[in-house]
Amino acid sequence: MSNFVKGNKYEWEIVIGLEIHAQVKSNSKLFSNSSTAFGSNPNSQVSLVDAAMPGMLPVINSYCIEQAIKTGIGLKAKINNYSVFDRKNYFYADLPQGYQISQYKYPIVGEGKVSIDFKDGSSKDIRIVRLHLEQDAGKSLHDQNPTKTYVDLNRSGVALMEIVSEPDIRSADEAGLYINKIRSILMYLDTCDGNMQEGSLRADVNISVRKPGEDFGTRCEIKNLNSIKFIKQAINYEAKRQIEILEEGGTIQQNTLLFNTNSGKTKPMRSKEEAHDYRYFPDPDLLPLEIDQKIIDKLVKSIPELPDERKRKYAEEFNLSNYDASVLTADKSVSDYFDSVIKSDKALIDSAKIVANWITTELFSLLKEKNIEISNSPISSEYLGKLIKLIKENIISGKIAKDVLIEMFESKEEPQIIIEKKGLRQVSDTSEIENIVDEVLHENQKMVEQYLSGKDKLLGFFVGQCMKKSKGKANPKILNDILKLKLSKKN
Amino acid sequence: MKLDTNTINKIAKLARISLSKEEANDLLKDMNSILDWVEQLNEVNTDSVEPLANISSSTLPQRKDESKDINSSEEILKNSPDKLEGYFAVPKVVE
Repeated sequence: MSNFVKGNKYEWEIVIGLEIHAQVKSNSKLFSNSSTAFGSNPNSQVSLVDAAMPGMLPVINSYCIEQAIKTGIGLKAKINNYSVFDRKNYFYADLPQGYQISQYKYPIVGEGKVSIDFKDGSSKDIRIVRLHLEQDAGKSLHDQNPTKTYVDLNRSGVALMEIVSEPDIRSADEAGLYINKIRSILMYLDTCDGNMQEGSLRADVNISVRKPGEDFGTRCEIKNLNSIKFIKQAINYEAKRQIEILEEGGTIQQNTLLFNTNSGKTKPMRSKEEAHDYRYFPDPDLLPLEIDQKIIDKLVKSIPELPDERKRKYAEEFNLSNYDASVLTADKSVSDYFDSVIKSDKALIDSAKIVANWITTELFSLLKEKNIEISNSPISSEYLGKLIKLIKENIISGKIAKDVLIEMFESKEEPQIIIEKKGLRQVSDTSEIENIVDEVLHENQKMVEQYLSGKDKLLGFFVGQCMKKSKGKANPKILNDILKLKLSKKN
Repeated sequence: MKLDTNTINKIAKLARISLSKEEANDLLKDMNSILDWVEQLNEVNTDSVEPLANISSSTLPQRKDESKDINSSEEILKNSPDKLEGYFAVPKVVE
């Protein structure tokens, strides 16, 4: 698959590297014991450490260290037994310390890789350069007042994992797949809640263009994107901008950009004279972080099944296609739901494909309509399993089952109860179906003649009429057989 | 290594300190003499020595992941010259 894009004159290749900032899932902050809960009253979760009051000292949260190590293991990366916390110095209203505690030369996690899956069943590895731990800053509100910026320090000091990729990504779509995959791995590991709306997962995009086969071009960095849709828009806009400049004989200025989500355009964030000089140096308040290999070995054993392993299992045990399996496993809660439907009844193991379809089409559309997460689905996995079993056993048709599913979604009742209450049980009694067929053929004698003179397509019309008479309850296979038999006898 | 006035002014700017010309010149002299003094260390061969940031032999103390409900708003905002509905209010930061 070629990812080259056409400019007016030449073909170009987009080169992208991503820095993902993932908020560590923990109760308290990286260096203080104030809460990380989202949506609390402004400045209510700010300890004297977070507010950088003089004399306060940071003490590291051991769970955040474990979370970073687990994430590193999930990214198939090297865990460093020795890492160092540095100060990254800059002034901003939502950074009380005047520096961010981060890791520069010695990060906690080194090189790793993740694999992304394409629709055509192929996949590609994206290499990870490093993962390091750092503090988040506070939140600034710029649009509430014409002359003031409002600052909430609740987020100040919350632990982040910055995950840096190699420039291995070649298109906006690949960038989307990569972020989705990272998000999926983090959520399986339970090291980040993956909530992009609440800012738990944000990305900086480094992007340049080059003619295929040439060296990397000058790159620009688009800061702080918090949705996959915006990331893709920003990449496509920025690539087009750079290509236009180069094709007109210009050069790209290395720059930090912001993406305006209303206009869909990127614009420079700071002019070059003010380019940041962060003056990193080891934080004198924190000793180097030395991790005992035993702790790492113990965490390796605690790693749950990850999306790639589940995907492989679905393909092998349930005979699902690579694509179906990747759709099901991308979101852990969907995959868990699928697993528990299958587990609810042994008879469903060889119907995995049907279960997958009912989840990803019918159930998804109901959930989406009401904006409900699958983990809160009004239809339990057990009841969905029962419904699918009823279809398999020919007690109801697939078509009726869709109506039953809607009913289950609203009433939370068992499918059997709904079927009995509404009399939806499929009619498989041949004599009853024979009566219906006789009636329909009798009422449509002209059509019967036309059919007999060669208009085969009318069979569908007769099936439809019979179904209507049975209120959709006739077993379609039996109905078809009887209809064909009766019509052939008329000949 | 010798500093020049440009470097002094750059450091001052990064630290958000405003310097008069005289102050910059005084600091230039002071900082260069400090650097000269530190440069005595160049007499020692450190080619195979890792940089040492801390001389303590103890290890990094850690704490458990327990959060404390502190409801800090009032205390944290107490010294703020300007605030609104629980937020610090600062001069508009234009990006």
